[in-house]
Order: sequence, then structure tokens, then C-alpha cells
Amino acid sequence: MKIHEYQGKAILARYGVPVPKGKVAFTVEEAEAAARELGGFVVVKAQIHAGGRGKGGGVKVVKTVEDAVAAAQKILGMQLVTHQTGPQGQKVGRLLVEEALPIEKELYLGITLDRASGKNVFMASSEGGMEIEEVAHHTPEKILKEVIEPGIGLSGYQARKLAFGIGIPAASVNAAAKAMIALAKAYDEIDCSLAEINPFILLKDGRVMALDAKINIDDNAMFRHPEFAELRDLAEEDPLEVEASKFSLNYIKLDGNIACMVNGAGLAMATMDIVKYAGGEPANFLDVGGGANEEQIKNAFRILLSDAAVKAVFINIFGGILRCDILATGVVNAARELGISVPIVIRMEGTNVAEGKKILAESGFNFGVADGMKDGAEQVVRAAQ
Amino acid sequence: MSVLVNKNTRLLVQGYTGAQGTFHATQSINYGTTVVGGVTPGKGGTKHLDRPVFNTVADCVKETGANASVIFVPPPFAADSIMEAADAGVALIVCITEGIPVRDMIAVKQFLKDKNVRLIGPNCPGIITPNECRIGIMPGHIFKPGNIGVVSRSGTLTYEAVGQLSALGIGQSTCIGIGGDPIIGTTHLDAIQLLNADPDTHAIIMVGEIGGNNEEIAAAWIKDNVTKPVIGFIAGQTAPEGRRMGHAGAIVAGGSGKAEDKMAAMTAAGITVCATPAEIGQKVKERLGL
Repeated sequence: MKIHEYQGKAILARYGVPVPKGKVAFTVEEAEAAARELGGFVVVKAQIHAGGRGKGGGVKVVKTVEDAVAAAQKILGMQLVTHQTGPQGQKVGRLLVEEALPIEKELYLGITLDRASGKNVFMASSEGGMEIEEVAHHTPEKILKEVIEPGIGLSGYQARKLAFGIGIPAASVNAAAKAMIALAKAYDEIDCSLAEINPFILLKDGRVMALDAKINIDDNAMFRHPEFAELRDLAEEDPLEVEASKFSLNYIKLDGNIACMVNGAGLAMATMDIVKYAGGEPANFLDVGGGANEEQIKNAFRILLSDAAVKAVFINIFGGILRCDILATGVVNAARELGISVPIVIRMEGTNVAEGKKILAESGFNFGVADGMKDGAEQVVRAAQ
Repeated sequence: MSVLVNKNTRLLVQGYTGAQGTFHATQSINYGTTVVGGVTPGKGGTKHLDRPVFNTVADCVKETGANASVIFVPPPFAADSIMEAADAGVALIVCITEGIPVRDMIAVKQFLKDKNVRLIGPNCPGIITPNECRIGIMPGHIFKPGNIGVVSRSGTLTYEAVGQLSALGIGQSTCIGIGGDPIIGTTHLDAIQLLNADPDTHAIIMVGEIGGNNEEIAAAWIKDNVTKPVIGFIAGQTAPEGRRMGHAGAIVAGGSGKAEDKMAAMTAAGITVCATPAEIGQKVKERLGL
């Protein structure tokens, strides 16, 4: 789960990572009050989950309360377009109003999982404020890494090594190391799947602070953190994805016009791939799971069909535990109940496939029945044209 | 022959009396697997599916001589179940559970480091040696005994590949579903080393997907060590960056874990990389000269 910068900073602050003084604002009035309280010289920052907000015009440094109000009026409600939002952008519904600070140096801190060793790795770089992928690509030597030992955490010596290594002056090293250790502790305790502080700043007066905070929480660990449920911002998610999540359906909206309904994540990805290979564009990723029931299949169908871009549906099922006859019954019932306006191509293989095909053939609907995945993909691409 | 499991495997089931445990234990028993009993804390001393239930894995191993365990325990408790099986000395632990937090698996990986046990999964469909032993949730009837080893991160793509092979009359030695999570016990490399060492495995199918670089690591080893034909496929060629595609581990992040990089590494290693999963069976046939 992704959370907003202001939410991430609030959590990190509890662990002892220094952050600027600031307040979240949902309205211009709240932004004005926050700017006044912070003395007028503030940064007004759009709160959306995507990165690259500054370049898109979502971050403004202002000197007075009046200018803060003007900035808030401009940013709040705008469709903010960044390299991560896609061309349609993301509507800004919240602002973070923060004290503006005299920056000496912008640095980078991050933690991520190293799958091969099964341990988290702490990364630090002198090249803050830039895309870390770019730094990794062009100057990998500028990213320093320390392995976080499970059960031990980031040790003091590791943090000092990183701090000195990224050019933090001796007088500020202890404060920086303390912030790093706090970040590593927070990462572990709140079950992060990603944490990035970019930039982590050294101030003119020698203090260090997290000027930004990108925190992702492991969805699988949410049962340990019921208090985080309220941090989810549904406005940041696609409405169809929100709807699908209510029925435990794994659905991701894409830009194409061929809807896909598949069992199993691997086969669902491969189905998108084969649609593209056949010359089409998938409208979504959808894994109905190995044990889908009729109700789930019906809801999946409804969600697929409510995407206005969809011109045809490809159902690709390898029936293992999920029997083909159950799937076929679910599809037929859903088609009857929802009415179908677009061509549907079905490819079924596996358990009870003959019964499944019989149910489809006798349903009275003109389903396209495919012989294999490739044939199915080709049929559905033709049908969508 | 086969790898890891065969007719001598004595399987215990953790989460034995739950719905999933009961359903799949029954399927395994019907397939001919030697299921010796199971564990459900608090139900020790009772019988389930005509087999004894124990309170602890240690008790079950002591009484039944189980040498493999399959775990159908809900995510909050699954990591603990893996460690319990490892502590009891179960040589092969197969964890089916999907949704275990990464933090828990980091701990499990540490715990297993100095123990002589093998973990398959989590979030995997299990392992099967056709007509001998079925551990997990795979549909047994699609498999056929033979000489092709299969390793895959995805359950349904395993079935897809196996379905094609069986339809062509080509059987399988052992099929290993290694799982779709970021931290897994047995990697592509581990599975391929086992299959490569098995004289009755004549060719290997390696199915991967986006996320991480385990496929690249395996490909590098294959290049230097494997003379058997290897046929591969990578799912997620059209997946958008930054989105998790169903499996917790299937994500392209920060420019790494891309399908194209994996396919390039596999091609460079001499692996026959299929453009679509529809051609896996045919490519195996061609590589074997059948």
C-alpha cells in the first residue's frame, strides 16, 4: 500500500527521523491557517502518490501567507501530471504546507529488499533530489549500500560509514546516523516494502531532515497494522480496481481494449502478453484465483464490462482445481444477468473441459470457443477490430 | 528417477483439519501419495482422513517417520509453521500459503540457514513426481510420468506447459512450483541444479516472470553447467512498471526485474526462449528431436 508524504513523515517522526514542521490541508482555508502558523515562508506541496511532483508544478516555495493561499488555490484540485501519473494526471486533493528550510546539501536514503540474500539493504547517496534509478544507471559507485542484519537492524558503525561516505560533515554525522537507524527501525516495525527519503537534507545550520518520504507498506502485513487502514486514499486508486478489491479479485486496469479474465497470476500475465503478441492491447490484468466461485466470476465479468474502452473479452482458464464446468456456468449466468454487448472468446483447458464446452455451446450465446491460447488471442483480437 | 519427492516420500500436512488441508490431503491420498498424518494444534490424538492428528510437528515426525511437510496454514501463522517443521527436522517443507509478510520470510530465511532442510515456496502450487507423489495443490490428472523437469514461479503456467507436454505424449520427471513471492526457499537455480543432476531428466522447462533477478542468476549457471536442453518462458512482457501483477514478487521496480532482461539473459545462455506459452510443448519436442 502506498501512503502520502505527510502520512509517511508523521510515522517516521514517531521513530525519531527529523522532519520539517508542517501540516496537511484539505482546503485553501486550512492551507492559509497552516502557512500563518508556520510564519508565511513555506513550501506548498501537492500530496499525490506519484513522484516528480515538483517538475509538474505541484510544489511551490512562497514567502508570504498571501502567496501560500495563491499557491494552494492553484494546486488544490489540479490534475497534476508527472512522469509517473500518465498523461491524464492525478487530481490533487490534499496539500502539505511545510516550513521552508535553508538547504546546504541534498542527499538520498532508501531501503529495499535484496531478494537473493533475503535481507533488507540500506542505500545512501550524495546525489539527492535526482531519480535514484538514474544515479544507479550512470554513476552506480555513488550509491553506498549496507546490509541490514535481521534481528540486529542497522548498526551504528554502518550508519556512520554511510554518513561519512555521502559527505556529511563530521559535526552532523551523529545526527544523520541516528536518523538512518531510526528509518531502518521504522522500516522493520511497520512492515515497509519500500522506503525512500529523497532528498534527505543537510541544513545550513548543520541539522539533517527528511524533506520527502516515500513509504510503501507490505499489503500482506496489513493484518498487523489495522491502524494503517485509514491511510489508504481511495482517490489515488482506479475506481474499478477499488471495486475489484472488494471481491478479492486481483485486477489492474490497463490502457487497451481487450479485457482478460484468467486464473492464476502467471497465466494472467502471459495472457496479456499473448494478446499483445497477436496484435491487440490488453485492457486489464485479472486473476480470478485458483478457487474462484460463481459469484466472483460474475463480479469479475461486471467489472470488466464496466470499462468503457473494452471491445472484446478473452476468458483464458486452465482448470486445475477450478473446474471448467463451474467456470462455464458462471460465465453463462453472468452473461444472462448482465447482458453482453461485446464479443467473448473463451479458451478452457483442464478439469471437466468437455462438460464446460457443452454448457457454453448450449447456452444460446454466441461465444467464440478457442482451441488453445494462441487461437484464442487471435480470435479476440479480430473480434475487437 | 526424479528429484526431491518419490514413492518413498512420507508426507505430513500442517493445517491438516482445515478446509484447504483436508481437500488437498484427500487429493494427494487419492493420487497415491503416502500421507502419514497431520498437525493441528489442539486436535492431537484424534483421527482425520483415517490418519492420526498431532499437536506438534515434532510428535508427528517421531510417530510417523514423516520426511516431508506441506503447509496449509493462514498467512499470519505460516512462517511459524515453516520454522516448526524445520526444527522438527523435516527434510522437505512445501509452503502453499499465499500472503506471508516479507518481514516474516526474512526471519524464516535466517532460521533455515544452518538447518539441513529444503523449503519450497511459499505462495507456490507445490511439487509433483507423476504417479508417485503429489505435494500441494496441482491437478494430478494432467501429469504423465516421463523425462522433462519443470520449474516455474506460476502454478497455472506450470499446468499450461504440462498440459501441452502430456497432450504431445511427453511425460515429466518432477515439476516444481517455486512460488511467486519475493523471498522463496528454492530458487530457479536450486531447482535447475537438482534437475540437471537427475539422470532421468532429459530436458528442463524454466518458467519465470517479471520481478527480481533469479532467472538471470539461473541463466548464468545454465550457460556454464547445463548441457541438457532448456526451454524457457517469461510472463509479464506487457506488465506496466511499478505495479504488482498478482504475485507479490511480480513487479518491475526501479528499472529492474524486466521480462526483456530475463529473456536476453536466457537466450544468451543457450536457452530456447518461447515468445508465448502456447509454444512451450512444441519447442520441447523440437529440442528433443522427437
